[in-house]
Parts: sequence; structure tokens; C-alpha cells
Amino acid sequence: MMVQGETTQGEAALLFLERLTRRFGEVLALDDASLRVRAGTVHALLGENGAGKTTLMRLVFGLLTPDRGTMHWRGAPLRVRSPAHALSMGIGMVHQHFTLVPAMTVAQNVALGGHGRFDREAAAARVREIGMRAGLSLDPSARVDSLPVGAQQRCEIVKALARDVQLLILDEPTAVLAPSEARELLAWVRRFADAGNAVVLITHKLRDALAVADDVTVLHRGRSVLTMRAADTTEAQLADAMLGGGVLAMHDAEEADRMVAAGHRAPAPDGTSLAQVQEQVQETVLSLRDVTWRDLRGVVRVQRANMTVHRGEIVGIAAVEGAGQHELLRLLSGRLTPGQGTVVCPANVGFVPEDRHRDALLLDAPLFENVALRGAGSRRGRLDWARFRRATDALILRFDVRATGSAVPARTLSGGNQQKFVLGRELSGDPPALVVENPSRGLDFKATLAVQQALRAARDRGTAVVMYSSDLDEVLMLADRVYVMHAGLVTEVIPDRDAVGRAMLGSRAADTPESLGDIDHTPVGSSA
Amino acid sequence: MTNGKTGGGTGTQAAAAAPDVLPRTAPYWSAMAAAGQVSVLLIVALLLLAALLAATGHAVGPALLALVRGAFGSWYAITSATIVRMVPLGFAGLAVALAFRAGVLNVGAEGQLLMGAAAATALALALQHTSPWLAIPVMIVGGALAGGVWASVAGVLRLRFGVLEVISTIMLNFVALNLIGWLVRGPLQEPQRINPQSFSLPVSLQLPVLLDGTRLHAGVPLLLVTAAVLAWWLFNTASGFRVRAVGANPGAAHSAGEIPVGRTLVLAFAWSGVLAGMGGAVEYLGITYALYENFSPGYGYTAIAVALLARLHPVGVLGTALLFGALEAGANAMQRDAGVPSVVVSVVEAVLILLVVALDRWRARATTGRRGT
Repeated sequence: MMVQGETTQGEAALLFLERLTRRFGEVLALDDASLRVRAGTVHALLGENGAGKTTLMRLVFGLLTPDRGTMHWRGAPLRVRSPAHALSMGIGMVHQHFTLVPAMTVAQNVALGGHGRFDREAAAARVREIGMRAGLSLDPSARVDSLPVGAQQRCEIVKALARDVQLLILDEPTAVLAPSEARELLAWVRRFADAGNAVVLITHKLRDALAVADDVTVLHRGRSVLTMRAADTTEAQLADAMLGGGVLAMHDAEEADRMVAAGHRAPAPDGTSLAQVQEQVQETVLSLRDVTWRDLRGVVRVQRANMTVHRGEIVGIAAVEGAGQHELLRLLSGRLTPGQGTVVCPANVGFVPEDRHRDALLLDAPLFENVALRGAGSRRGRLDWARFRRATDALILRFDVRATGSAVPARTLSGGNQQKFVLGRELSGDPPALVVENPSRGLDFKATLAVQQALRAARDRGTAVVMYSSDLDEVLMLADRVYVMHAGLVTEVIPDRDAVGRAMLGSRAADTPESLGDIDHTPVGSSA
Repeated sequence: MTNGKTGGGTGTQAAAAAPDVLPRTAPYWSAMAAAGQVSVLLIVALLLLAALLAATGHAVGPALLALVRGAFGSWYAITSATIVRMVPLGFAGLAVALAFRAGVLNVGAEGQLLMGAAAATALALALQHTSPWLAIPVMIVGGALAGGVWASVAGVLRLRFGVLEVISTIMLNFVALNLIGWLVRGPLQEPQRINPQSFSLPVSLQLPVLLDGTRLHAGVPLLLVTAAVLAWWLFNTASGFRVRAVGANPGAAHSAGEIPVGRTLVLAFAWSGVLAGMGGAVEYLGITYALYENFSPGYGYTAIAVALLARLHPVGVLGTALLFGALEAGANAMQRDAGVPSVVVSVVEAVLILLVVALDRWRARATTGRRGT
């Protein structure tokens, strides 16, 4: 990359957004938000779900236009007509949901949007050259849908770099990555910024922000409530700002520290005595015996899996993306039937899939119809809608779902409230077992805590809970026992960070004496 | 199969910041609002028609007058032209609405309707000497079943081989059309073997006329009852809800509701065909009394417009079917009395649909704030 914005120019803002306002119908998504990104820096943009982070960046990338306020780019007023226009000015964005064509190769995806004839050799050479220069390894001829998520993300970044962007906006880039992949990406972000470029990192992971960012801006309800050098701030202060400052008094940093700790680290096991726990543990609710499952192309995704889940425990699944964990969860919850082996699974198992828009909700249907969806496969005759409305009202109350009634469409809820709603629905009727997949994906701090609390409460009521999260810390924090999945194989592992981390990467404790730090350099599941 | 993995966020962030929402309007008012909207669009479309008439050198006033008079100008026009056309459009419209609700793009109502008529004709030959109390119900049910079977072919093709139903149903329309062409020259041809059409249905087997001096037949109440039953079933029963859930989001229907998505799709397809087939049988028994090649002037295709304009609501379908029936009846009168080609009205119908679709898109964009891609 060009070393353009030297440190001497460091104080000059590369991108300057001043008092931007944007309204969607009744909702004020941005309300006087300002942001100042210096060249050569990583700028973390923090905030809860719906705080306006993504909206703000969509303005910069030309996906939306502001209602009020000014934008400056390299000192000149910025008016972006379209993403293509933004790219031509050196502004690139990698969305949380990738915008790649799955059936095309990496080179074709990178060349997409260019002009003239497509020359396969030249395109591949370009991908290799950019990859080399930027330190991102990618196989130009690999089809995108065959790549693991981490490599797809690298492809998105290379796509932006191919247009010589100087400002790269990354929307929740670590949300889909395994811990080691995330660290690799953040290290790359640092190098990219050090070369004179700038990165805006949209995230709600405080740790990511503090680990890599130079500057931090916190948005709360569409307002920029705090802008600081990362070095001068603390997790507690940021958490407080994200929650709106009213939740914790600014000076009460200790309290805030404790809240952050509660969010990140494993708390002490709750009140249940050991004897009680052991008594509950007797009863097996879910089990897999030599279960094998192949996908449509005949690839083995789950191989001779053996697992048991007992009443009143949380079983965690740890795995890097593409290890077969999604299929395993669906086998456990009875949503897939195994090719071979036996699955013991009671009726009425609750299942919370990670993509709630695609797999859990009827977005345009009212909430009470979404409640009726659970168990709809086995109902007969006439539906008593009044009963479902009452059940929905009760659910809204019990799980603290922010909705104005049982008849509003699911689409109008924020991500966190949708997730609380889905979780509440799947827990309705006290199912014997609950299987959850990335339950806090894309959720803010408060919603994550609420979801984790609900899972613990279900466990304490005797539900057998199976939980997979791409965030290893979350698995370790919540789980009583941990199974690790690697390349379709399931093994039970002691719930210890190092042991689990090693097993996730497929190395056996016996033949890998080296520390976890070394293993981080092995390319995780990347075929590149 | 579609791949949703990298398909771009469906308004994840944009819609995330919406804590307060408008209160839900009562169904009665939303129905009135929809009707009002259609009326406004109709006026726009009629203005366009006027412009079109003026541009092609026709006298606008007399032509429009002929149109209105042909549709609503007399008791005879209403009962024997407009409502009579409403019946096949209504049955086929219900068929399309049901399929679309289930997420199945059945554009084969035309073929299913023709097969229903053919089956009723064949049964009429066999049952012509029996009691009408037996024959008429058997012919209607037989026609319905034939439509259902015809639609199921496309359903099975989709489920077993992943054939897109848009392609298979439209192709099956041509097969049905040519099959009719062969039937009326072969096995079902009239006894004299002169004209390519079936024998004329004995008066005893025709659907009873409800009002003397009109063509208003018993198919009209049958349509009203069918629409009411379909609406009740869709919105109040477990199986109706399953069909809507599969149409709204098959992924969620499978994972959250343990609904057998494939089976639900094929069943919705079959029932859709049943409705269209019933329409064909009723048209044969109530209006044409014979099967011939141009049996349907594209009722199955117009039905797509009927269903879309009604927002896929069975009761709404009755209203839009009446509207389209009036337009077609009026078009004939306009051609007869003012010398304006009746196809001009097709332009109005098409513009109506485009306006509705565009308005929906525009409204969706205004609420989520997303740009269309």
C-alpha cells in the first residue's frame, strides 16, 4: 500500500463526519453523530445493536444518504452516489454478511465490478499480487462456496484492496471467525493501518477494540457519546458509554469493571450444591450413537459421533467454522435424520438456529404467529389464536422482549429482542432439551447477558441444554461439559482453554507439546 | 437450491433500530384501505386507457361509455357478462393465491383449468343418462381432481428433481392445450364428427340458472362458498397456517415448526390445481356446455393478476375477479359498439398490476430505508 498519510499528517482527518442525522420512518437511527478518522490509524466504532454503527458507515459507503450533516473526505466535502463511487474514491467496506457470489471463484469475485474483458490469468495474478503485498493468502481459483468463512472474509478484503482503497470499513469482522482467525485478522488490520491507511472497525467486542484500535468512538442511540484515544480509556468506561452512561455512574468504575467481568469471564458456579447436580446428572435426555451424516454431495460432515446430554446440564460444543457443528446440532435437535447410527431425542426439543432471519422467524408475520410456529408440524384442526396471543404476551413479559404488543411483525424488533423472543419461544412449554447455535451472535452486551442468563435458568429448571458458540470464551463460560468437533469428529474434552483450543485445531495433546501461541500460526481450516 | 449464505443481509442492521412501531390496524380497516387503493389505481389505469384511446385516434367518450355500459350498464350486463366472467377468474385466482401463499409460483392455472374441463366433459359422456343430482357433483369433483393431478405433476417434478415450477407449469399449459386439441378431434369429438368440439351437454346436466333470463348459474354461489372456506382454512386452521409458514419462510418452518416442507409444498400445489380444475368444470357445466380448443381466453393467466391485485387474500380475489370480469365484459362491448380492439383493456390490466407491484416495492423501501439492488 502507498505510504501516503505520513505521521506528520496524522492529525489531519482522513474522514470527517459531522453531526449526521438519518431517520427511517419513525425511527431516528442517527442523531447528531460525528466521527473523525485519522490516516494511519484504526478507529473502533462501538455501540450496542441498533446504536447506528452500521447506518453511519452505510452513509459513508454510499448505501444511504444523510438527512442532515456534513461529510468530508481528505479535506473535501464528500458526496457519495453509490458504493461504486465510494470505491473509486478509495473507500471500501466489508459487510457483516458477505457480498460474494458463491458459485464464482475468488478471482472472478475480485474482478467483479471491473470493466472490460475478464482475463482469467490476469485476474488470478492480481489476486496473488494483492494477497502477497497485503499478506493475505488466498487461492484465486478456489470457488467461494468451498472456502471457510475466514477465507471468504479475506476474499472480501482483497476485493476492496483491488480498488486501491485507503479507508477500509469492517463491519463486525470477527463475529464469524474462530479465535485464532480473529487474532490473525486484527493483526493484519494493524499492519494495514500502519502503512498509512485507515480502518474503521465496527464492533461490539470491547476487547477487539482495545487490542487494536488507536481511537475509539462510542455510539449510543444514534449519538456519538464518546471519542477517545484507545490508550486513555478502559473497558469499563467504554461499556458504560455503550450502555448509555445512565446505567452506571461514570465515576463508579469498579462497578463497571465488575459488569464487564461478568460478561467476559466465567462466574462462580451458582447456588446448586454438587450433590444436587450429580443427582440431576443421572438422566440422559439426548444421545448420539455412532451417528454419521453426509451432505447432498456425499461429503461426511458428522462421523461416527457419540454424545450424551443429561438433564440439568449445559453441554458446550467448540469448533472452528466448517467442522460439522451445524449438522451435529441439527441431528441432536431432531431437525436432521442421520444416515447411520441412532439418535435418541425426545419430542418437542427446542432449537435456536444462529441465523434467526433465515431459520427461526416469519419476519412479516405478527409475533403471535411466530409463537404458533413452534410445534406447528404436529398440530391439528383449528388454531385458537387468542391462546397464542396470550402466550405471546406472557413470553414478552417473561423474557423482557421490547415489543409494543403480540401483533407487531417480527421484523420490527431489534436483533437482540428477536433473539430473546426466539429463545423464549423455544423454551415455551418447558422442553426436555434445548439446542442453541451461536445464541449471542450479533447481539450487544446487555442482550448477550440476558440470553446467557436465560440459558442458565433453563439448565437450573432441569432442561438439557446443548450450546455451540463460535466464541470459545462463551462456551467455556457457560458449559458444564465440553465436546470439541474437528473435521466431523466429536470428542469430549476437559473444559480448559488450552485443551479445547488445541482440540479445535485438530492436534492431539500428546503430539503437540508447543504452546497455544504457536498453534495460532497454523492456517485454521484454510484451504488457501 | 438457493444459497442464502452470502446473500447479503436482509435489512439486519437497518431494521434493527425500530423499537416503536405503528399500532396494527384492524383487519376491516386494512381491507377497506386495500380496496380504496385498488380504486385509486383503477382510476389511474382508466385515465391511461383514455390517453391510449386518444392517441390511437378513437373517440374517448363513447368508447369508455361502451366499456362501462358493457360491464354494468344493465341488469343483463351485470349478471350475464360481468359476473359470469368472474367465476372462472375467481376459481383460478383462488388457485394462484393459494399456491403463491405457499411460496409456489404456479403459473399453470390455465392448464389445470383446461384439464378440469376435459375431465368434466369425459364424465358427462359417461353419466349423461344418470340423475343430475349424481352427475353434476361427480363432474365437478372429477374436474377438480384432474386439475389437482395436473398440478401435482409439477409439484413432484420440483420435489424430486428440483425443476422450477414456473417452467414446468407453463410448459404443462401447452401440453394441456394440445391435449384438448386432440381430445376434441378424437375421443371427445361430437357424434357427427364435423366440428372440433365435444357433444353439447344435455340441459339436464347443466348447472341450474339462478335467475330466469340471465346466464347467472349455480357456479356463482359455489365460488363464494369456496372463497370463504379457503380464507377460513388459511387463517384459522393448523394446516392452513403450515402452508402460510412454508410460503413465508421454509427455513423457519422446518427448524422452528418441524413442518415437512416438501410435503406441504406438494399438497399446496395439488390443492391449487384442484381449485383451478374446479373452475374449468364449472365453466363447462355453467357456460360453454361444450369443450373446444379456445375454451379459456387465458383465464389462468389473468388469474395471476387477479390474485396479485387481491394481495393473495381469498376474499380479495372475489373483488378483483369481479373487477377483471367487468373489464373483460366491458372490453367486448367496447369492441362491438365503439370499434375499439378489446386488447386495449389488457393494457389497463397490465398497468394495474405494474402499479400494485411497484407500490409494494416502494412502500417496503420507505419503511426499511434500503435501496433496491
